[in-house]
Amino acid sequence: MAESVESVDVAVREEPGAVFVPRSRVVEGVRAYGLIVAMWLRSTMAYRTSFVLTTFGNFAATAFDFVAILLMFSHVDVLGGYTLPEIALLYGSAGTAFGLADLLMGSMDRLGRRVRDGTLDTLLVRPVPVLAQVAADRFALRRLGRVSQGALVLGYALVTLDIDWTVAKVLMVPLMLLSGAAIFAAVFVAGAAFQFVAQDASQVQNSFTYGGATLLQYPPTVFATDLVRGVTFVIPLAFVNWLPALYVLGRDYPLGLPDWVAFLPPLVAGACWAVAGLAWRAGLRAYRSTGS
Amino acid sequence: MGVSVDTDTDFIELDGVEKVFDVRRRTGFLRSERREVRAVDGISFRVGRGEMVGYIGPNGAGKSTTIKMLTGILTPSAGSLRVAGIDPSRERTRLAQRIGVVFGQRTTLWWDLPLRDSYRLMHRMYRIPDDRFRVNMDRCIELLDLAELLDVPVRQLSLGQRMRGDIAAALLHDPEVLYLDEPTIGLDVVSKAKVRGFLRDLNAERGTTVLLTTHDLTDIEQLCKRVMVIDHGRLMYDGALAGLHEVGESERMLVVDLERELPPIVLESEHSVRTVKVEGVRQWLAFPASASAAPLVARIAAEYPLVDLSVREPDIEAVIAKMYASASGL
Repeated sequence: MAESVESVDVAVREEPGAVFVPRSRVVEGVRAYGLIVAMWLRSTMAYRTSFVLTTFGNFAATAFDFVAILLMFSHVDVLGGYTLPEIALLYGSAGTAFGLADLLMGSMDRLGRRVRDGTLDTLLVRPVPVLAQVAADRFALRRLGRVSQGALVLGYALVTLDIDWTVAKVLMVPLMLLSGAAIFAAVFVAGAAFQFVAQDASQVQNSFTYGGATLLQYPPTVFATDLVRGVTFVIPLAFVNWLPALYVLGRDYPLGLPDWVAFLPPLVAGACWAVAGLAWRAGLRAYRSTGS
Repeated sequence: MGVSVDTDTDFIELDGVEKVFDVRRRTGFLRSERREVRAVDGISFRVGRGEMVGYIGPNGAGKSTTIKMLTGILTPSAGSLRVAGIDPSRERTRLAQRIGVVFGQRTTLWWDLPLRDSYRLMHRMYRIPDDRFRVNMDRCIELLDLAELLDVPVRQLSLGQRMRGDIAAALLHDPEVLYLDEPTIGLDVVSKAKVRGFLRDLNAERGTTVLLTTHDLTDIEQLCKRVMVIDHGRLMYDGALAGLHEVGESERMLVVDLERELPPIVLESEHSVRTVKVEGVRQWLAFPASASAAPLVARIAAEYPLVDLSVREPDIEAVIAKMYASASGL
């Protein structure tokens, strides 16, 4: 164990226990996340073949999903008033945003199991934020398979669609993906926070994350108004891709929402993170007072 | 009762610490019963820097709950608690730099990764200076026999190997105090001896404060001068191991072999001595652990045809069981 460790960060070192330098919990969390992810990447790369195969498997599994949509369009020309490239835009943006969130925070849904078997305690005695440790645990790069599938479909849509591009519309695409990923990530965190209270709730969380991502792959016009209202105002999944994508497409918004809502996703993502962060803190506090 | 401790060096301080859990038991589809469980019910003690203390008690007595409060995992319901001057529940991550924790039942290592990777991560996570890390690592590798194990994924290690790996992981950042929750549980005799030897040296050479919970009283006998006994969330005893016998009113046993079968030995004026068992020529006499065996042996030798004898020390387990029994009888 004498060789030095490959450096992934340039953080200042200090004597442990000697002087405590208060650091922002966010900075500390991101640093710890990076350290743990780096360790898992190194371990993943020790088995390259296995990594390539599982990533391809991940890609193929999600790709079949889109094949189903292609088959559907071999019988109909429009779905809920949307053409195949338009659906592809929705599908690709939801898939990419969700894939990114799943790649970065997908491990959060193991929290319930950690609470049940008591291994969460081992994270609580380490000098870094618990959220970062849970999120980075077993970081699985194979989830890139899902991201790349989403990105491919999105690329196909952007190339095929006849869009009257403006600066705002061009900027809207990355904005949509990043905000969307952040919203999904917040849902992962909030779902995990809920598992502090109900340890078997990972399926509830999945219905919002995986279920939400599937929902957003189709245009809002195919769903009942109440459902659309729910994912707009209650769990703001509509801001992941529906509203920004409809703006890019120049389509009418559901529920008669005004034009400018397409630019809200970053704010909505911020609000989601604030709520998820509070939920996480409350969950952790509840755990530490009950120990179960 | 109680070991005098220089108050200037108090390292761990507990004052009237309580931990109350609300336990919900489902009684119907939606109905549930709430019950209060006082896992720790007003515990106060002090541990000085460099002490090595055993913390014992039956299952569910509150040992682990105490350790969890001392590490900041659990927030106490009442009372005050300080470790190195820090309130563990308020400044958990700050305290983490200064403590080491070993849970016998679960590992703090990364299950799927080789030991080496776990240590590497600890190095970065705790911001351990390179030279210090190397020195500590080499020391642990040598004393805990880890050289062969470094490249083995943790899940493939035996219980004893994993425990040694866990102890090393808890010490790489030079903690001032080491908590061990059942460190020898499930280990074979050789592994137990190795772990105990290491802990003894750690305490002697580095002055690391050690608090360990255990079921195995040999751990305490071999490691700790001071022992604390907890039951039903209350501290029943805090003091030297030897004093535990007096509190538990324990008895020693004199086993004598006579020349021939005789009725049970009766010694006039020795009321505290009882003949508890007769088996052929062999007889068992119980007498208080605090009394000397010499006058007793002299009298028996004078009055009976004595062939051979031996004195058996009391079993601590029996002592504690007796203490529990007398306490619950109150």
